[in-house]
Amino acid sequence: MRFLPNPRRLLSTYVIVYVAILYFPVLLLPVFSFNDSATPKLPLVGFTFRWYESLSGNAAMQGAAWNSLIVGVSAAFLSTVLGICAARAITRHRFRGKAAASSLIMAPLILPEIIIAISLLVVLLGLGLQLSLITVILGHLLICVPYSVTVLVSGFEGFDPSMEEASRDLGETAFGTLRRVTLPMLMPSIVSSLLVTFTISLDEFILAFFLSGTEPTLPVYIWGQLRFAAKLPNVLALGSILIAASLVLLTAAELFRRRAERKMAVRP
Amino acid sequence: MKQLLNGCSVNLAEKRLAFNSLLASNRADLFRLRARRTGTLNAGTGTAGKSGHGEELHLDPSAPTLPVERDRGQSPVMRFLGSETGKGWLTISPPLLYAMLLLIGPIIVIVANSFWSQDYLTIDRTFTLDNYKAALTEPIYRDLLMRSLFVSVTVAFVTVILAYPVAWFVSFHGGRYKGLWLFVITVPFWSGYLLRILSWKVILGYKGVLNSGLLSLGIISEPLNWLIYNVNAVIITLAHSWAAFAILPLFVSLEKLDRSLLEAAADLGDGPVRRFLRITLPLTMPGIVAALMIVMIPTVGDYVTPKLVGGKDGVMIANAIQVQFGKASNWPLGAALAVSTMVIVSIVAGGIVLLLAGLKRLLK
Amino acid sequence: MTVTPMIEIRNVDKSFGLFRALDTLNASIREGEFFSLLGPSGCGKTTLLRMIGGFDNPSSGEILIGGKSMAGIPPNLRPTNMVFQSYAIFPHLNVSENVAYGLKRLRLGRDEEQSRVRQALEQVELSKLGPRMGNQLSGGQRQRVALARALVMRPKVLLLDEPLSALDKKLREQMQVELRHLQRQIGITFVLVTHDQYEALSMSDRIAVMFEGRIAQIAEPKEIYQNPATRQVADFLGGMNFLTSSELAVNGKSFTATLPGIGDITGHLAGKAIPDPASAIIGIRPERLRIVWEGETADPIITGKVVDRNYFGEVTSLAVGIKGQTQHLSVVETNDFGADDIPVGSDVRITYDRDAFVIMQG
Repeated sequence: MRFLPNPRRLLSTYVIVYVAILYFPVLLLPVFSFNDSATPKLPLVGFTFRWYESLSGNAAMQGAAWNSLIVGVSAAFLSTVLGICAARAITRHRFRGKAAASSLIMAPLILPEIIIAISLLVVLLGLGLQLSLITVILGHLLICVPYSVTVLVSGFEGFDPSMEEASRDLGETAFGTLRRVTLPMLMPSIVSSLLVTFTISLDEFILAFFLSGTEPTLPVYIWGQLRFAAKLPNVLALGSILIAASLVLLTAAELFRRRAERKMAVRP
Repeated sequence: MKQLLNGCSVNLAEKRLAFNSLLASNRADLFRLRARRTGTLNAGTGTAGKSGHGEELHLDPSAPTLPVERDRGQSPVMRFLGSETGKGWLTISPPLLYAMLLLIGPIIVIVANSFWSQDYLTIDRTFTLDNYKAALTEPIYRDLLMRSLFVSVTVAFVTVILAYPVAWFVSFHGGRYKGLWLFVITVPFWSGYLLRILSWKVILGYKGVLNSGLLSLGIISEPLNWLIYNVNAVIITLAHSWAAFAILPLFVSLEKLDRSLLEAAADLGDGPVRRFLRITLPLTMPGIVAALMIVMIPTVGDYVTPKLVGGKDGVMIANAIQVQFGKASNWPLGAALAVSTMVIVSIVAGGIVLLLAGLKRLLK
Repeated sequence: MTVTPMIEIRNVDKSFGLFRALDTLNASIREGEFFSLLGPSGCGKTTLLRMIGGFDNPSSGEILIGGKSMAGIPPNLRPTNMVFQSYAIFPHLNVSENVAYGLKRLRLGRDEEQSRVRQALEQVELSKLGPRMGNQLSGGQRQRVALARALVMRPKVLLLDEPLSALDKKLREQMQVELRHLQRQIGITFVLVTHDQYEALSMSDRIAVMFEGRIAQIAEPKEIYQNPATRQVADFLGGMNFLTSSELAVNGKSFTATLPGIGDITGHLAGKAIPDPASAIIGIRPERLRIVWEGETADPIITGKVVDRNYFGEVTSLAVGIKGQTQHLSVVETNDFGADDIPVGSDVRITYDRDAFVIMQG
């Protein structure tokens, strides 16, 4: 009996293997992006920066990066504004139809993206609109708002509604309360929401693919490059940069979220 | 204490002043204020009726008429906006309108499209079921639909089964680091959807990492050709992509599980296995269902994975839909394919929910 | 001469959907009074307090403060300030900034503002904690900051929503004394919501006892305890022996009844109205009953058998079965004569004050 591994140990091992497999493909790209070989294969040949260097003079890539930045910043900002409205209504108001309204707002989280993409495409083209970065932003807003709502709902839940009542009670107006109590208390959650939604937008492919017209975002640009086998190492280098950026942004978002928790925690 | 005593009657003038600036600066407040006043008034004068959110007002004919001036011309809309329900709807309206306009609206248009037909570039808006006939009977679409369903259901179950022990571990043994664990596990999901799939292509490819690695180790003498461009590759890649996302609902439901229930079950003589089957599994069933749905429904329409690692044998319905909206340019047929997919996946989802509800009843 | 009451509650109703939270409330609260709203949770006392503060609106009826209708006036424009149950201390501001929060809007000038804050902090004995952040305070300190923050606004009425319920027993008792003291000193109206009968009895000038959205009785603490209007009020505040009676009659200002096993009694209504004598009930507080020890003589005397005994340290509570009474009579005796040694099952004699019986609406 004693030769059987104990179940707790078995579980820990399983979790470690699981996490390792989760990260393996994500970390594989950077490894091969430094490999001095035109095709990603084992064994590794040697270390090189050249795939990164050749990115620097690539105007099309830089244009795509710029597009991604515009789309990401706009989607992050707008979805956070919409997210604040939704999160506030969900946490602070009691009204009939709330469940239905919030599930509608959260629906893009679970719908296949292709359904969202083609429906938007048909309507936007039907209205005679040109596909552009704006149409991408419109699409990204749909899928960013649910994430923003999730982050901000926990932000609102973290602070006592009587804080806002206390402010009103002490003579402050509704707007003053927003400025002096609600926003300062919510700020870490807002920053966290901005970072998370920016990352979602930065990585999003399907909606951008259908809605971007002639101005590609980075994932759409990468997709285009995949047709050329010779460009693969460059794609790996660019992908590695994107993954690193996402990791940094998400870590920052998490740190802000934790700060929000600490800030609002009241020690008895 | 003396000092407060001296000036303790509130300075109403100060508040009046504030009130004036409020009138100028905050119209929403004024708005609410007026609506509130009429609400009081109507009830006080015995004009019973329904207030904005359908509350039944108290009808008391004996109640004295209150000396409040009657505000005429107050529309029911204003009264509604002043009520709690009204404020709630008002607050949620920007994101809600956005979702209505850019999600529900377009989906209605797609459903409408699926009943029309297209001749080159012109849409014929006479009602027809031909698109559905094609979508559901033509072997190619039928096969793609069946394959997509098979892939998404398999991926959902594989993901949830593999994720459950991890969620369990984080919830029961995560201790102080629960948040950190969740973060570490979910980060791969949040970042680089396209790149993760690309990475699997690099791993599983004919000249890819796995084959070249095995070759250089001398385990195989020529590359394995069954690693990529088939349904298995699609399932592996999707299961990996969605693994982390399934953890969240499972974790939440495990967190909600009152630990003393497990202690009570142990106290009443159940061993670990029986405790799991009789307590943990039934009580976390909502989380399991949520995790299955959250993986299954989006994956049924995945486009990139079959395109990159699926090859000819791994094509899924999303690829066919894309073709109709792209090269083939037959929107009504594409719309019918999309609608059929959603309807069928919803039916399958409903079936799974019922099945698991039945299973839950058996576990007693 | 009629004095305008500080707060007038006129026919206030509140419904949430079909649920009637408040049912035609009427009350008036005097200037400088310590007024308590007492009742079990869910009786509507907090809803009423929040309406006075402007956080909820009556479905019908109205509330006047200082003779002015408060209909449509938001909390920030009312002459009231509130100490919240959770205290709602802003965690992103320090103690001084918390206290100065409401003053900022009044634009008093820096010096005036600072001196008011300093005074307020001195009053609650927190002078040294000014720079401490809002989320680094103990429960008692947060309570004091909440108090200072409200009082610094110099309200006409201070509203307190269960302000002591989060404190432990010892601190709670200390704060009860301090709050009462503070109220006497500044002389403004305090309206306190509490579910703790002892808190209400010891602190208030008057108490409104509420059940299920209705006010059952408004009176001074002694009156409420000694002469409860209804069975519910009597039951909620302390113990009460409800007695089986026959031939209960109410005439004018007094009542008579025959109590099986006890005898014929008479009592005064003491200004109370008994609208439905058929459902009225006679009762007596346990401490108004006394054991008659061996060798002692007393009149009247009832005899019974001890069926249960509970020891509470300074007092012992005896349950005594009396022939003819359906419920055991509860007798509370101090332990200095040996009530804690009376064996269960023994016969005891009990005497009572003839005027201690009260009649209550059932």
